[in-house]
Amino acid sequence: MAEFALPANSKIGVGETYKAVAGTKNIKKFKVYRWTPDDGKKPSVDTYEVDMDTCGPMVLDALIKIKNETDSSLTFRRSCREGVCGSCAMNIDGTNTLACTKFIADVKGDVKIYPLPHMPVVKDLVPDLNVPYAQLASIEPWLKSTTAPPTRERIQSPEERAKLDGLWECILCFCCSTSCPSYWWSGDRYLGPAVLLQAYRWLADSRDEGKGERLDNLEDPFRLYRCHTIMNCTKTCPKSLNPAKAIGEIKKMLVERTI
Amino acid sequence: MSVANRPTNRPLSPHLQVYRLPMLAILSILHRATGIALSIGALYLATWVMYAASNPHAYSLFQSFNSSIVGRIVLGGWLFSAFFHLCNGIRHLFWDAGYGFELKDADRSAWIVVVVSLVATAASWVVGLRLM
Repeated sequence: MAEFALPANSKIGVGETYKAVAGTKNIKKFKVYRWTPDDGKKPSVDTYEVDMDTCGPMVLDALIKIKNETDSSLTFRRSCREGVCGSCAMNIDGTNTLACTKFIADVKGDVKIYPLPHMPVVKDLVPDLNVPYAQLASIEPWLKSTTAPPTRERIQSPEERAKLDGLWECILCFCCSTSCPSYWWSGDRYLGPAVLLQAYRWLADSRDEGKGERLDNLEDPFRLYRCHTIMNCTKTCPKSLNPAKAIGEIKKMLVERTI
Repeated sequence: MSVANRPTNRPLSPHLQVYRLPMLAILSILHRATGIALSIGALYLATWVMYAASNPHAYSLFQSFNSSIVGRIVLGGWLFSAFFHLCNGIRHLFWDAGYGFELKDADRSAWIVVVVSLVATAASWVVGLRLM
């Protein structure tokens, strides 16, 4: 069931303010969601004043600068710093995106940073992604075959290969799934756009021989059909992929096999 | 994630509270809201017909409510709901057939739905008043 309000333990309070050193000219304020399991307090939003003259251009640069120079307890995931690993996915300026590819200059006013929406928080900007990972495993994201293995590679024509473009590029950052109101309200049973795009990536693969059972597994009022084409997923995808279209294609496949 | 599966000590990260809903998402909410409005509006129309079938006095009572400000807002809202739900429903049919998923197409069809349903509401309102 949809719960529009946050539970009592998740209500956000006002946190600390960390002022920039006196005399700093080019200040940008970063308002960052904080919660730690250690002190028994509710979540809060801390404000950090960051000197833009000595900060890199991306939101991730500012977070690393804060962690290095102001508050070493600030916790977030990051790795590749170039939009290919998906670790630093978070809610910045009201939309889910990767901190490493989001320009600070693109945010008007204060930069508000929250963890990916409607997820259990492990600490600060780190959400618990166990459920989406389990959902990914449930669609069996690997090539399935029932026939005897060929004596050489499984051949795919350039046209067949082209059908996987726009699907294989997904980095599983879960920006899309956690932007989806349907996933917010039914995330325990609805697979969500990221996992459904992966499901379609295998359905669209000419070499895969598990199409029937894959579709059987998806034909469910919740797993697939909680998608109401709200399109927040496509709107927010930091890799400009189109999960809404992939889900539409799965729905089409399910219709096509009955007629 | 459902409440049942959530480790109890962990807070839930904010969602509606912080997410800036795009126009497409607002239209999706409006589709559901107008659907509910139409269901309630159907009861209203049925009541209208029942008053018409009972006696002239009761009917004129109902009509005087319809021509009041509140009555007009209710009728106008129902009319808009009907047109919006119809137009957006057609948009959903295109999606079901696999068309219009590109962002620029979805944005364009969203504006078409908004403009057409507003124009249709205004046009039928004017025609309806003239016929009265």
